[in-house]
Amino acid sequence: MLARRVIPCLDVDKGRVVKGTRFVNLTDEGDPAELAERYAREGADEIVFLDITAAHEGRATMLDVVRRTAGRAFVPLTVGGGVRSVDEMRDVLRAGADKVSFNTAAVAAPELLTACAGRFGSQAVVCAIDARRLPRTEGAAQTWEVVTHGGRRATDLDAVSWALRAVELGAGELLVTSMDRDGTQSGFDTELLAAIASRVRVPVIASGGASGPADFVAAVCDGKADAVLAASIFHRRMYSIASVKAAMAAAGLPVRPVAEAVA
Amino acid sequence: MIAGSKPRIAILDYGAANLVSITHGLVAVGADVVVAAEPAAMAGADALVVPGVGAAASAMAHLRERGLVEPLRDWVRAGRPCLGICLGFQILFDASDEGAAETLGLLPGRTVGLRDAPTLPHIGWNAVQAARPHPLFDGIADGSYFYFVHSFAPAPADDGIVVSRTNHGRPFVSAAARGSLYGVQFHPEKSSEAGLRLLSNFLRLVDANVQTNVSAPVGARAADPAAEVA
Repeated sequence: MLARRVIPCLDVDKGRVVKGTRFVNLTDEGDPAELAERYAREGADEIVFLDITAAHEGRATMLDVVRRTAGRAFVPLTVGGGVRSVDEMRDVLRAGADKVSFNTAAVAAPELLTACAGRFGSQAVVCAIDARRLPRTEGAAQTWEVVTHGGRRATDLDAVSWALRAVELGAGELLVTSMDRDGTQSGFDTELLAAIASRVRVPVIASGGASGPADFVAAVCDGKADAVLAASIFHRRMYSIASVKAAMAAAGLPVRPVAEAVA
Repeated sequence: MIAGSKPRIAILDYGAANLVSITHGLVAVGADVVVAAEPAAMAGADALVVPGVGAAASAMAHLRERGLVEPLRDWVRAGRPCLGICLGFQILFDASDEGAAETLGLLPGRTVGLRDAPTLPHIGWNAVQAARPHPLFDGIADGSYFYFVHSFAPAPADDGIVVSRTNHGRPFVSAAARGSLYGVQFHPEKSSEAGLRLLSNFLRLVDANVQTNVSAPVGARAADPAAEVA
């Protein structure tokens, strides 16, 4: 049975891991390759790098980070942020990444998902969806709107419809972030996750709002997520990957044990 | 290979795989790695790794284009160590249902689509259950998790070559071996400690093979492949 994945996410700015509240008050937290290796050793099932470098010249730096990480962390690596073409994706994969995640670029040019999936396979194409709750109208179901540019820009897209479309276009995985919960440590938006996960066959990665192990369990049990991503609770050493997996295992979820049974 | 030196592994490059991760994985466990995009580059290697992602038919076309099909067959028929990974495992068999391709025919059976799979492709970490003890899995606990990315898997015609199975809807063969020919459906280079241990075990098998075959000339071709007993 497939294990439910636990994925630490590292925000990378100009080749360094930074932390802050969504693009502001950034502080340098170290070398991405070194941190990725540490997380892999501690039981991370996958690593996500989110490149938040504003300047386009940062691309070469990011490729170097990916190259160095691929030689040290022997788990799947996903890179998101700033990839806008098939050629740019090829460069990231050639540097050693396994998947590339598209967010704003996919909303702006949905055919990019199809082109990249056609070239590298759907398994390498992740569509990241940042969603925000819309005011609920009396008697109607809850809906969410897709936002881009790190939440700064609204679109007219319904998040669930966009998720279905992204899968049709070629996305092999969806990384769903609740912008209402992101950075708040108030738990994942399990309603949003379930609304999407119950309607697609591809894996859904829950993101935005983790405060502790119980939230990971809820994201899978209530949100029907296949994987759960978090940043700050791991970076701040509030919880280890092992403690999160222990809680998931205790809830009866299949996880890859951290203490790898290698003699 | 000179005693005490690193085993020299040739990774077959036929344009159908990303070689970065497998190169890193083999180097991490102590191999000397060369990338072989043409038959001549295989000479001097102690063992061969056949990677691969994508579809079987195009993989075979790429191998043919580069003149690698017969050298690869000769290599295996000469009993020299070879590890197939993912698609590189599948094409060791007779044929594949993926694009109705005829494949290398080095192991009996055909590659079929995963049936009753709750999700396709099968992507992620899944448990590998031993069908029999095998040195490739030395020191790796039965049921350890490995990383998979695939929609097809080989169905060997001979149960005797099956090394492990994995369940995704129903069990499929996740590792097989016959003599010095090994194949795994998962990606050891992406499977953390368990994966690195498997690659390290492969190197030890290569080393043992080299020690027992010191008289075999490097790059030797099988005298008569037709005489090979399947």
